[in-house]
Amino acid sequence: MYDVIIIGGGVTGCAAAAELAKYQLNVCLVEKESDVCEGTSKANSAIVHAGFDAEPDTLKAKLNVRGNAMIAELSKKLDFAFKNNGAMVLCFEEEKLADLEKLCEKGEKNGVAGLEILSGDEARAREPRLSKEVKYALYAPTSGIVCPFEMTLAFAENAYANGVEFRLSTEVTAIDKISDGWKITTDKGEISGRYIFNCAGVYADRIAEMANAGGFRIIPRKGEYMLMDKDAGGTVSHTIFQLPTKMGKGVLVTPTVHGNLLVGPTAEDIDDKENTATTAGGLAEIRAKSALSVEGLPFGKVITGFTGLRAVGDTNDFIINEGAEGFFNAAGIESPGLTSAPAIAEMLREMLSKKTDLSPKTDHIDTREGVVHFAELSREEQNALIAKDPTYGNIVCRCETITEGEIRDAINRPLGAVTLDGVKRRTRAGMGRCQAGFCSPKTILLLAEKLGCGIGGVRKTGREEVQKDA
Amino acid sequence: MREFDLVIVGGGPAGMAAAVSARENGLENIVILERDSELGGILNQCIHNGFGLHTFKEELTGPEYAERYAEKVNSMGIPYETDTMVLNISKDRVVTLLSKGRGVEDIRAKSVILAMGCRERPRGALNIPGYRPQGVYTAGTAQKLVNCEGYLPGKEVVILGSGDIGLIMARRMTLEGAHVAAVAELMPYSSGLKRNIVQCLDDYGIPLLLSHTVVDIKGKEKLEGVVIAQVDSKNAPIAGTEKFYPCDTLLLSCGLIPENELSKNCGVEIDPRTNGPLVDEGLETSIDGVFACGNVLHVHDLVDFVSEESARAGASAAEFVKRGCTADSTEPVKVIPQNGVRYTVPSQIHTAELTGDVHIRFRVTGVFKDCAIVVKAGENELLRRKSRILVPSEMQDIIIRQDKLAEVGEDICVEIEEV
Repeated sequence: MYDVIIIGGGVTGCAAAAELAKYQLNVCLVEKESDVCEGTSKANSAIVHAGFDAEPDTLKAKLNVRGNAMIAELSKKLDFAFKNNGAMVLCFEEEKLADLEKLCEKGEKNGVAGLEILSGDEARAREPRLSKEVKYALYAPTSGIVCPFEMTLAFAENAYANGVEFRLSTEVTAIDKISDGWKITTDKGEISGRYIFNCAGVYADRIAEMANAGGFRIIPRKGEYMLMDKDAGGTVSHTIFQLPTKMGKGVLVTPTVHGNLLVGPTAEDIDDKENTATTAGGLAEIRAKSALSVEGLPFGKVITGFTGLRAVGDTNDFIINEGAEGFFNAAGIESPGLTSAPAIAEMLREMLSKKTDLSPKTDHIDTREGVVHFAELSREEQNALIAKDPTYGNIVCRCETITEGEIRDAINRPLGAVTLDGVKRRTRAGMGRCQAGFCSPKTILLLAEKLGCGIGGVRKTGREEVQKDA
Repeated sequence: MREFDLVIVGGGPAGMAAAVSARENGLENIVILERDSELGGILNQCIHNGFGLHTFKEELTGPEYAERYAEKVNSMGIPYETDTMVLNISKDRVVTLLSKGRGVEDIRAKSVILAMGCRERPRGALNIPGYRPQGVYTAGTAQKLVNCEGYLPGKEVVILGSGDIGLIMARRMTLEGAHVAAVAELMPYSSGLKRNIVQCLDDYGIPLLLSHTVVDIKGKEKLEGVVIAQVDSKNAPIAGTEKFYPCDTLLLSCGLIPENELSKNCGVEIDPRTNGPLVDEGLETSIDGVFACGNVLHVHDLVDFVSEESARAGASAAEFVKRGCTADSTEPVKVIPQNGVRYTVPSQIHTAELTGDVHIRFRVTGVFKDCAIVVKAGENELLRRKSRILVPSEMQDIIIRQDKLAEVGEDICVEIEEV
């Protein structure tokens, strides 16, 4: 009998796990995929939002601003990439200035610091590549960019180090109330726990229904993106949003924390919770809309396109409640969900503390060390590392300068990678301009060695556990 | 800091040929830096034959061709360091390298030859809509898996793009027991060599669908199939022509990109048409003492042409060092591609200081029948060569005699004249 079972290994579930792991609780996290960070958390804009967008007094507003304030310190303690690069919201029409002012007021109500409205020229002085059509811009200095994979993994690994049990490749099929808590039926057997945290992303409505703790719907909102080569990464330094225009809701143009350029997303509500396909129309829309913000974006430098599904609730706000006795929902965690994750985790812990006594662990570890990024080390550090472990002297991914040592670490560490995409998210091997053309045969061999399977058993991504000797 | 007269970045066919030539031209203190564990580069995974017809007057496999040059390198005692990655080249020719044995190390070079080769255009750069499942590979990655790792990635195959590696892999996958349903090519002509279309597709009954492309990729975790549609003259898919091909493997052979990240960081000027460095007749880049050859300079069809070109780079580097590392001081004339010529290598020629005839290599922009290649400097026609057919998939190589160029002081134009 666990004290708490968390359903879902995205950023919300993993942040909640890391939060609960500070207390003397027996916690288990259940995830249907073979790795954490496999849903919405892996395919989004990777923005640490300032918090001006949400309606005042909503959970989104409160948790966004709180999360924004927490992430800089967390990124240091838990070793994930974060940069406070600031954001601008562009206004292209003189008559829309009032909308921009409203947005600014909303942000101030939400407690966002440092907002200011810039003229087009002032905005271009700070961000020279902005279009001549920009009339005004709202500047938000507290906005940032983050690596969403590292952030989710950081929470997960920290939770693991503090005793949280992870059951991956485990899909919940039924949930039943029992006398002292809940019984969860999975494809790998039954688990029971006193309390349940439902952090199941686009599936949170179905999970809640299983426990009769729902009454809400999650509509997957498809967002397509294009990622450009690091050559194009310096096109802008701020995250550039748009006020809605005649063409509809805008798209963003932003550098990523690793120096690429990201444009997107589209926004299309769909029924299929698994539909992460890109479309010709979606990619064309991104091109057309992003060109409003920055003229001459180098679309010849696109290295990949991808689609994420935002878990949009039907209440216009995050759905964080006790849906049934001892069953807590953290649902509808769409944007700004990534930013809000640590604050959502705090809120869930707060709610739990009203049900049961939480006593802090005395031996809690509040730091975590990620996979070393060889390319970012000083010459001395690099040579010291190679002297200790020569595999750091062997480059596997030439585009991102990722060494064999990093890939081995990503595979061998607790909650290590079991798929090519898992290695990619932990190390960036295969994330570069050749998109794994050169490194994947080498990474496959390293994975096959660790997993004890043949080359054919190594998967790009996937739910099932690896079959040995496949 | 170790010092060398010549540092060659890359131990594939270009790097080896450059090294051999530099040594033949009198340079002693040379090193080849190779990231893989042996010399040969991509030739090592090209186990089919057809290499060496020009160079050795016989048909060799890729590894055999590489071995011929590796033997020369060895017999001449040219040093090479494998499992060594070059991380940076500075403008003043300090080369930073990484290896297990020596860690991160700076070495000083009097001259540098860039011979890093090229990479394949990935799926993402093609903007093919759909899912991102397992089973989508560039043709070269599949070639590596099949030929070097002994692993066949799938049984039912569709190939997008008719580049030479894709054509070769159509045959290779067939011989390994897979079924290749079709090769789709966006353009109305193939980007591969005629002989490869005959020997790799026609001989095995594999259809080549010209003016067709993949418009959707199905399958979330594993590839389940692709949708292929015909395209119009603007390369836009034609509604109603979509056809679903069930498959577990999609190979991409949609172009090669010279790998010039090191060159760009060094400050070498890049020709946007080739994605390779701008060079003069001696294959020297915009940075003094830094030369380029092989697929890092422009993508070749035949390794024989790579070897020949690289030998010229090796000779030029030797000459540069012997001259006391001083740059050519004379003013070059430009070589301008026009009317059907997409690019030229070189892009400029020091006509006043020539030491021999000058090769100009280029590709045409489309298919030209019954035409002539014309090279002019103003009204002065330097060369006219008739041709029955010119296609973009075949690199052209013309030689302008030194005596014809000696007096030329104005820009040289290379063009196709339709007769």
